[in-house]
Amino acid sequence: MDLIIILQAGVATGTVLLFATIGEIFAERSGVLNLGVEGMMLIGAMTAFSVTIKTGNPWLGVFMAMLAAGLLSQAHAFITITLHADQVVSGLALTFLGAGISLVLGEGLSKAGTVSLLPNFSIPLLSQIPFIGPILFTKQSILVYFGYLLTPLAWYYINHTRPGLNLRSVGEYPAAADSLGINVFRLRYFYVFLGGLLVGLAGATISLAVSPGWFSELTTAGQGWIAVGLVIFAQWDPLRAMLGSYAFGALRRLILDIQGPTVLFGFDNPFYYNPYWGFFLQMLPYAFTVIVLVIGSREAMRKRLGAPAALGEPYIRGERGK
Amino acid sequence: MAESTALKKKSAGYRIRIEPRLDVPPAWYPLLVSVGALVLALFLGGILIMFAGGDPLKSYQHIARASFGNIGVLSDTIVKATPILLAALACSVAFRMKLWNIGAEGQFIMGAWGASAIVLAPVLDKDSPRWLFLTVMALAGMGAGALWGFIPGFLKAKLNVNEIISTLMLNYIAVAWINFWIFGVWSEGGFQMSPKFPLNAWLPRLADYAKSVPAFRGLTTHAGLLIGVFAALILWLIVYRSRWGYEIRLIGDNANAARYAGINITGNIIYVMMLSGALAGLGGMSEVSGMVHRLQTAPIAAGYGFTGIIVAWLAKLNPLAIILVSVLFGALILAGREIQPSGVPKMIQGIILVCLIASDFLLRYRVRIARAEED
Amino acid sequence: MTQTIPISSEPPLAVEMRGIVKKFPGVLANDHVDFELRSGEIHALLGENGAGKSTLMNVLAGLYRQEAGVIKVKGKPVEFHSPRDAIKAGIGMIHQHFMLVPSQTVTENVLLGLDNPRFFMRLPQYDAKVTEVGERFGLKVDPRAKIWQLSVGEQQRVELLKMLYRGADVLIMDEPTAVLAPQEIEGLFEILRSMAAQGKSIIFISHKLQEVTAIADRVSVLRRGVATALGVPAKGVTRQELARLMVGRDVVFSLDKKPGNPGDVVLEVKDVYADNDKGLPALRGFSLNVRAGEIVGVAGVAGNGQSELAQVITCLRKCRKGQILLNGKDLSAQNALFGIQHGMAYIPEDRNRVGSAPNLSVTDNVIMKKYRQPPISRAGLLDMNAATKLANELKEAYEIIVPHVSTPVRLLSGGNLQRVILAREISGLPSFMVAVQPTRGLDVGAIEGVHRLLLAQREAGAAVLLISEELEELLSLSDRVYVIYEGKSMGEVKIGSAEPDESLIETIGLMMTGSPLEKIHKEGVGAHG
Repeated sequence: MDLIIILQAGVATGTVLLFATIGEIFAERSGVLNLGVEGMMLIGAMTAFSVTIKTGNPWLGVFMAMLAAGLLSQAHAFITITLHADQVVSGLALTFLGAGISLVLGEGLSKAGTVSLLPNFSIPLLSQIPFIGPILFTKQSILVYFGYLLTPLAWYYINHTRPGLNLRSVGEYPAAADSLGINVFRLRYFYVFLGGLLVGLAGATISLAVSPGWFSELTTAGQGWIAVGLVIFAQWDPLRAMLGSYAFGALRRLILDIQGPTVLFGFDNPFYYNPYWGFFLQMLPYAFTVIVLVIGSREAMRKRLGAPAALGEPYIRGERGK
Repeated sequence: MAESTALKKKSAGYRIRIEPRLDVPPAWYPLLVSVGALVLALFLGGILIMFAGGDPLKSYQHIARASFGNIGVLSDTIVKATPILLAALACSVAFRMKLWNIGAEGQFIMGAWGASAIVLAPVLDKDSPRWLFLTVMALAGMGAGALWGFIPGFLKAKLNVNEIISTLMLNYIAVAWINFWIFGVWSEGGFQMSPKFPLNAWLPRLADYAKSVPAFRGLTTHAGLLIGVFAALILWLIVYRSRWGYEIRLIGDNANAARYAGINITGNIIYVMMLSGALAGLGGMSEVSGMVHRLQTAPIAAGYGFTGIIVAWLAKLNPLAIILVSVLFGALILAGREIQPSGVPKMIQGIILVCLIASDFLLRYRVRIARAEED
Repeated sequence: MTQTIPISSEPPLAVEMRGIVKKFPGVLANDHVDFELRSGEIHALLGENGAGKSTLMNVLAGLYRQEAGVIKVKGKPVEFHSPRDAIKAGIGMIHQHFMLVPSQTVTENVLLGLDNPRFFMRLPQYDAKVTEVGERFGLKVDPRAKIWQLSVGEQQRVELLKMLYRGADVLIMDEPTAVLAPQEIEGLFEILRSMAAQGKSIIFISHKLQEVTAIADRVSVLRRGVATALGVPAKGVTRQELARLMVGRDVVFSLDKKPGNPGDVVLEVKDVYADNDKGLPALRGFSLNVRAGEIVGVAGVAGNGQSELAQVITCLRKCRKGQILLNGKDLSAQNALFGIQHGMAYIPEDRNRVGSAPNLSVTDNVIMKKYRQPPISRAGLLDMNAATKLANELKEAYEIIVPHVSTPVRLLSGGNLQRVILAREISGLPSFMVAVQPTRGLDVGAIEGVHRLLLAQREAGAAVLLISEELEELLSLSDRVYVIYEGKSMGEVKIGSAEPDESLIETIGLMMTGSPLEKIHKEGVGAHG
């Protein structure tokens, strides 16, 4: 167990959660709760792997994964934005649909062999920085580096640009935005789509970089749901999302590493000698998500800030008499 | 009241007008809409099956034949429907209060574990009478399920933790939990399953009475069905004809109004989550004791809790309608096992749910095709 | 419908609307309505609630699209597909509920929906511009303040600023005075007059005759979707004439109120402190008492703690400090159920969000407070026959218009729904009743009905606490009126049975803006601006 290795792997693994969480932040900031992250992520992972196997081009795989998840997200957009259906139920349905479709179309992919993966590389100079260099800038996937760029850009975009202002307005008070000529419906469709694209990218990150392959539903193993929880913890802020995602990534790696050595902290490692004790370790990410939610909810209550005010509510134009 | 421009499309002198419904539609209308959604879902599913290289018509024919074709498969269908029925009841009562308990799966698993613990721990001697075994197992199953419902209920009521995510996380934890017991403590000779239960821990099956009724030979339908139907009747009574049910319906429709009417909301969140968990847990007990007869991951954590969500929704949360819809979904899952590609039943379930939710629109709004007017 | 023909020598019309038709499901909101607005005038659009004023103006502001009719701006026909089109044509609307994003700053709200800055929001530079535009029209606001930190009056100024920043020439104000105290209203009128003097045209939607005669140059009146007066000069018309145009008959301004006969104190609120939803203090040492057989009013500008007061009394909100006694029993540590069981009725402010369960039936809604006792409840089960019987009785007695009591209440009109709530609350034979804004959004007939029911409660010996923002309503119903300002009581005024005089109204107005009664008495009415 080496701290640097755990953190390095944590950043790599956490990139999956990072993309998904930021994607969901965009959707929720526009007022649409999309619980279909897990389903879209599965579609993304399956599509990326399948396209890469057939074409040998992982970039095309990434592109198609994003597109597929983006398209799936539009089903949710249509049902909730245009048909005003309950966002919770529709998001659940999307999870089933995404899981089902990816299982059907991904049939046989698990035995399809290996694919050409996205490149890993180190950044000269930056990788020389002690401690930080090996963790952040050494032999990471190109997608990890993309995550470093995406997070501050997303934060700046939301808080300091005109489209970001529109996005926040649509999620906080759509009637106000509408009264000033901002097209609430179009923006919500767009940000649900953008969210879908990023979640698809998260799926591709799994199947083409972090743990290459297609293992049906085990590919994501609930990470989509963890991302939904992280959004609350992150209080809809991409920078906090980054922190949370990497911490979760490190936790996943720690769980793997803790089962390896025969001796742990000077004692016989119980997880080595009784492998089934490892199931308790497997619970940790899920238990942590619940704990993170408790923390996030408490903090939001204390600071009296929280979800975008219109989150989960359909916008119906021309509400009268209320 | 919504303005009618949201979905206005002009074409060739006609336009589609969407208006909110201001009257109560006739009783047959919601049924028609649901059936329509089901048909649309099967059609869309067919397209996807074709896309994946299958033959949709054959697949559907196969589903019909392999699930209702003769008394034997019908019995198997009912065996599949039983856990779905209890899981769907669990979901329905929570959803009625707008508590999104996505954790019926985990509560079901914990129920199976609780019931198994009575046999395997062992709590009761293996020679205990059948009535005692079954009663204690049912109580243990319900208790374990209720505990698994209590946790997210408590977190929601007291700490405002989103129950969707917490129940989902508890599903994963429940799977790891039974794996721990199956792989370790209760493993039978290193295999990933517990030893088989003694016969007096089995729920009675139709086949058990083959001596007196020969037609029952080989039929695996077990008493879990009776438990499920009984639970549905009780739940119907609770929801529509009891004070508690009134409170549940009021909270579900408008929590502010319920608070205004002096109803304790935090308490009810916890109680309803526990009831929901207990029903799912009873499902888990019925499945291990009536069907699997041992604790084993794959047949227990088979997604009944998730199917229950769809069934509850399709039945519009009505406990009696759930009985019927469960049988349909039992058929889908039973027959689906033999269909290639293997994800088809899951995908069709997803499509059905999507179509159902979309079709709700037709219940809330009126779509009119009208000649374009003066302008 | 009256028709006037524009005279050619006059300056061109800023806005001209002809034959506007707008339907909503079940309602013809505008039935071939004409309207015209001159440049630089203040034009009042008068009508009852539901007469179609807001609908007509929402059409002009591009929020709704008319089914028929023409709009011309400065003589040119226009077609608005969205509010953005209307704003481009120089028409800006200030809605009754402010269209401001609470979590954003003043400048962000002003810049929302504009093309400039195109991408990067360099706010400091625009803060200066916003301040500058504000100063030109006498609107002072801190551009960096977040909206939720501002008072209602300040928020209204931000709304005006938003439109002026966009260069709007026509400003539509939808009932702008509803949220203001009398003195703040005067301030708003000054701003409006100075804007009109600088060439802006203003449409002033109102249902208050007094204001219309005070501010408007001309008046148009709508009644049930039809224009009954078009551009009448405000100087040459009496209030009675306007009232007749508005409601179609002579209005009786007074209710048949018998002299009061107050008994023992039923409710006593002693030095109560409570926080609002944001955790900020809403009540700061508020006290009042209500006796049996009297109606006690609470007057005040919206958002001064009225909602919180009703909530602490009905035990829906916790007190931080203080005591609330109902017939001598302390309520401050109790829950809502305790009040219900001790004869308290509550007509909440928000019929839809608090007072009813929209998808449940009329029956389910009327048993909301009776489902715990026989005959509705027996051994934990509900007797649905008894419930239906009760619902049918109430339907008859309170004239609830609904085909069947199994109809979900979301399909009921506002007035009908309010009757369901009143039926439920009054049929419990309360000894004490809190009514918050019981007539908001109702038409004249329905308002009269509600007023009669409240007076009947008083005569039956119940204690009634009436919290309202309608001063007229308070003055005509109450025996005494407390004035609430920033969560504190500014004092208590006795209302005689005679028509209240101007000085009483002025006193209450001063109290509503934060002058305690003792101070007014010391300095005399009229000493304040």
